Amino acid sequence: MALDILYFAWVREGIGLASERVDPPAHVATVADLIAWLATRSAGHAEALANPARLRAALDQNFVSLDAAIGTSREIALFPPVTGG
Amino acid sequence: MIEIRVQAEPFDPGAELARLEPLGSGAVASFTGIVRGDDGLVELMLEHHPGMTEGAMRTIADQAAARWPLDGVILIHRYGPLSVGERIVFVGTASRHRAAALDSCAFLIDWLKTAAPFWKRESFANGRSRWVDAKNEDDLAAARWNGL
Repeated sequence: MALDILYFAWVREGIGLASERVDPPAHVATVADLIAWLATRSAGHAEALANPARLRAALDQNFVSLDAAIGTSREIALFPPVTGG
Repeated sequence: MIEIRVQAEPFDPGAELARLEPLGSGAVASFTGIVRGDDGLVELMLEHHPGMTEGAMRTIADQAAARWPLDGVILIHRYGPLSVGERIVFVGTASRHRAAALDSCAFLIDWLKTAAPFWKRESFANGRSRWVDAKNEDDLAAARWNGL
């Protein structure tokens, strides 16, 4: 099923895209699986997504841990730890 | 009254406080965050997740309202390019009790720093720029409320 991926901050800059629509294979079940799969898409993806410990995620606009199941979510955002305020 | 605003435009803390004062609470507290010019910083660029920011801020405000007897909460967070001295963020709270107004204000800014999807990039006078790293002390500041 098609998933909209959104990238923010240095993840967006490293990948060179603010968003993309992808159709991951069936073995991609969790956010961590998705990150590993996305990392194979280009050199920019590989570099920006190389260290998942530096990444945070939101599924359909809710923060989740990287071991969260993607399930029927339609949108996944990947980004560094937040630094607002 | 809970009001959440995510905006590029400046805001006026005095005007926001004047909207909290007539609620009849007796106590109004606030926090204003301002861009500091450390290390030759000339501009802060604030990026955010537009589809998510307002909901995340509302969740934080709802948590404060569940925890303290609040009559009013105003949260304002700006995005886009900000110069040194500009206001970034405003938290205003109104309550019948001064401790509730002050404590909820501190809770709200601690959680805005760690649970709202904003990212800061610093640009310096020498032309360099860098994304700000999250600070462990900010996580600890937010986490301390869990134990209270």
